[in-house]
Amino acid sequence: MTNHWVDLRNTDCALIMGSNAAENHPMSFKWLMEAKETRGAKIIHVDPRFCRTSARSDIYAPLRSGTDIAFVGGMINYIINNNLYFHDYVVNFTNAPFLIDEGFDFNDGLFSGYDPEKRKYDQSTWKYKTDAEGNPLKDPTLKNPRCVFQLMKKHYERYDVDTVCKTTGTPKDLFLKVTEAYGATGVPDKTGTIMYAMGTTQHSVGSENVRIFAVLQLLLGNIGVPGGGVNAMRGESNVQGACDMGLLNHVLTGYMGAPTNDAAYVNLDGYLKKETPKAGFKVNTPKWLVSMLKSYFGDAATKENDFCYDYLPKRRADRNYTHIGLFEAMYEDIVKGVFIFGANPYVSGPDANKETAAMGKLDWMVAADLFETETAAFWKKEAGNDPEKIKTEVFFLPAAASYEKAGTITNSGRWIQFRWKAVDPVGDAIGDLELFYEIGKHIRELYKDSTDPKDKPIQELTWDYTEHDDEKLLDEVQREINGYDLTTGKLMEKFADLKDDGTTSCGVWIYSGMYTEEGNKTQWRDTEDPSKIGMYPKWSFAWPANRRIVYNRCSADAAGKPWSDDKKVIWWENGEWASIDVPDFIVKNAPTDPDGDKAFIMKDDGKGGLFAPMADGPFPEHYEPWESPVENLLSSVNFNPAAKVWDTPMNPQGKADKYPIIGTTYRVVEHWQAGIMTRNTPWLAELMPNVFVEISKELAAEKGIANGDLVTIESARGNIQAVACVTPRFKPFKINGEMYHEIGVLWHYGFQGVAKGDPANRLTPHIGCANSHTPEYKAFLCDIHRGVK
Amino acid sequence: MANKGYLVDTSKCIGCRGCVVACKQWNQLPAEKTRFQGTYQTVPDLTGNTLTMISFHEYEENGKMEWYFTKRQCMHCLEPACMKVCPQKAISVNENGAVVRDYDKCIGCQYCAAACPFNVPRYNKETDKETKCSLCTERTAEGELPACVKACITGALQYGDRDELLGVAKKRVGELRAEYPKANVYGEKEAGGTNILYVLADEPEKYGFESDPKVSTAIYAWQDIIKPYFPWLIALTGAVSVFSFFSTRLLGVGKEEAHEGESIDG
Repeated sequence: MTNHWVDLRNTDCALIMGSNAAENHPMSFKWLMEAKETRGAKIIHVDPRFCRTSARSDIYAPLRSGTDIAFVGGMINYIINNNLYFHDYVVNFTNAPFLIDEGFDFNDGLFSGYDPEKRKYDQSTWKYKTDAEGNPLKDPTLKNPRCVFQLMKKHYERYDVDTVCKTTGTPKDLFLKVTEAYGATGVPDKTGTIMYAMGTTQHSVGSENVRIFAVLQLLLGNIGVPGGGVNAMRGESNVQGACDMGLLNHVLTGYMGAPTNDAAYVNLDGYLKKETPKAGFKVNTPKWLVSMLKSYFGDAATKENDFCYDYLPKRRADRNYTHIGLFEAMYEDIVKGVFIFGANPYVSGPDANKETAAMGKLDWMVAADLFETETAAFWKKEAGNDPEKIKTEVFFLPAAASYEKAGTITNSGRWIQFRWKAVDPVGDAIGDLELFYEIGKHIRELYKDSTDPKDKPIQELTWDYTEHDDEKLLDEVQREINGYDLTTGKLMEKFADLKDDGTTSCGVWIYSGMYTEEGNKTQWRDTEDPSKIGMYPKWSFAWPANRRIVYNRCSADAAGKPWSDDKKVIWWENGEWASIDVPDFIVKNAPTDPDGDKAFIMKDDGKGGLFAPMADGPFPEHYEPWESPVENLLSSVNFNPAAKVWDTPMNPQGKADKYPIIGTTYRVVEHWQAGIMTRNTPWLAELMPNVFVEISKELAAEKGIANGDLVTIESARGNIQAVACVTPRFKPFKINGEMYHEIGVLWHYGFQGVAKGDPANRLTPHIGCANSHTPEYKAFLCDIHRGVK
Repeated sequence: MANKGYLVDTSKCIGCRGCVVACKQWNQLPAEKTRFQGTYQTVPDLTGNTLTMISFHEYEENGKMEWYFTKRQCMHCLEPACMKVCPQKAISVNENGAVVRDYDKCIGCQYCAAACPFNVPRYNKETDKETKCSLCTERTAEGELPACVKACITGALQYGDRDELLGVAKKRVGELRAEYPKANVYGEKEAGGTNILYVLADEPEKYGFESDPKVSTAIYAWQDIIKPYFPWLIALTGAVSVFSFFSTRLLGVGKEEAHEGESIDG
């Protein structure tokens, strides 16, 4: 989230798209209901079916799964054509005035530089046009045909209301109602928030789905202001924290790029040259990286040995280490062993039949959970396997639940919140932190006498934590993450003080400041709110720097005058900046200084990117899902040309002649993710006992299916049984004059626990987003029949 | 003391059923064995082990979809018919106006169920008692909110003085009428008024309520004609359990049938 949960109460209009917030993030509705009651805020829900979120929304508009870019592209086109955008904001805070290189072009679905064989773009023309000194050329009048604004206008011209509605299947009147209501936030005293979740990201264009939200918000001046923002509601309570800690394959801690075996990363100097931009706050990358290495390798890390940079693993540039890539590698016998914590891919992995087959090829698996998961029991008969034939050795470890251990959870709003232990874990269960400490200790023991240089990273890793004292261990790790001034031994005060000479350590630079000599700020629980708009600056610690609304420079105009009194966050007063939040810009810059309106400090140009290169283009463009029953109406390129296609066994692509129905998957409020906690809780199993599939009355009539019937759903990859929920809440879509049906299946289920059922992910494909490789769980092709096949 | 109760503002309810689970947890009631039958209302009705529930109602009018959620439980009537008919005087109204029962006195005769204008009390086979929501008397006595209200995150449930909540409800209805002209307060006058009040966006029937709930006239006949002979009847039947069976048949009040789940994964 650029903003945070409580801030939803400051909105005038919430656009919920790619999310069923009322069910999957119910707490958001506490604040939205408050916004509705106190500010008369409007709630808009755009989703394939009418669900519990729609029931509490003022406007509901249906759209076919996988057409978000068409929908929002249509909104952008309408907003530009009708002058609903926030002109002064766009000119000052975005890259709209910047001129683009003459070589850049877009033609019938493809941007310049496309290589069809590699399915990759050469992005060398996707850049600003510069003067002789390399400074970007701009046209503040936004009239130059080569400026970002004009190129963007032209890009979305094709997204007229008719074409958009023919693509999305949204009734025209509803599309216009949504666009006009949301477009009304493009004025100084109104703000709109976009709330999204996995319905946005789990597509082959997932990252561009998020990007187009950012474009829309920048156009309407809704970034950096209370009640605005692009707000990712994370799918797990601590997904934000896990990503911050560098658990993603392509980043180190705090989102520094992870090195590959590419020659550019051969040494520290090479890494820093490659990863450090020339301008913007990221020029500090060397300080963050060296401090991280000092935290990892302690005294062993010296200037002479590149601070042990060589010890960092270098992923192979030609391999894919994302979820799909890892399971493909298991299937190909490349990956031999796997640790599975807080995950249950038998249920949650795409193309679940293939992923289960991949598990059967492993030598070993270590799984930890509160209950035996389907994944830990994948070798059993109930899982559809013959235990005699599975050679994988599975170790199942009892894990402690969140109430049985202390630690922090970083919520979607970036608040690093400490949680105290309520009860001791059951039986032999221990917390993950202790468990990993023990595993690390034993691994180091195994390698302690090795003379092989490749074992040095294990031998020299700092692992000197207190044993058999979980409170102390946690405290030490939190301090280590925050970092130390190694010359004084004192905790770091803030990340701005980190150094690249080896005199500071810091595990995760963005978390620096959470635990200072003042104390552990993640434990702060002060409900004082001097801001009066719900900043609560002393309730936990928000990264970065305890800032609650990022990009908050944008809440005031170029001269530093707040756009509206009602929503002021920072302002220029008596020759200095005043604020009710931690300013997100260089405060020594007066508004009149050359960099005084650079509100996006993590970017080298300091501007919000309407034009921003991604793997699949600098402007989000609509492409159909990998499996779609229709042709793309916006260009002749049907599928995302930059998305990786897994042409591998057990991942066939379904075609509309055999699988004419659009399928999607989702959750309900009564169950949690892959279900192992909630399906084992009888009170919750009672409320949602079975897998069900929501289908329209029209499709039910066509297929002879009655409400409550047992049905079989089939895709090119597998089939599942479910109970039919025939409802007027799901409607067929009229796409380019033809009717198409969509159905939605719950994916929480497996064969373990009280509430059991087939995993819906047997239907979904191994295909992912071109940038993040997040699987396309939300749109695939299938068919449905009454009864068990 | 002022009557206390809570307001169910259905315009704020997201149907999450957190209140239902909180009720089960606080009262330590076992889960029902259910099967999904085509509606989110997987527990179809109140039972001896389900004292509160959310009912789901789908409507489509003039192309506009509505999905109404409402909470059902004892309404805590200002003039509780159940209390009048209870032969054991097991039901009383406490100082907050909550209709509470003394389970030591209850003999499971189910008169109260027949008398209730809202069809609430349910027979619990295991305990041989009629059960219903107590408005968490034991919690409110300690200054705590009722479990369901405590669990509600959207503010759809608000606990407080009935008079004040009535004001809140009327104000909300006023706001809602712009979009929902039939919005109304339910529980102000219905069945003589109840301590549980509702803000409904539409006619009560659309939420599964009766517009004008009434105590069955048969009950008054029963109460006036037969009840005076109650001690005699007891002597005649000799055993409470037999009596319970007899009265059930006579009044046509069905005992709670266990809702047998059907497995679909076998």
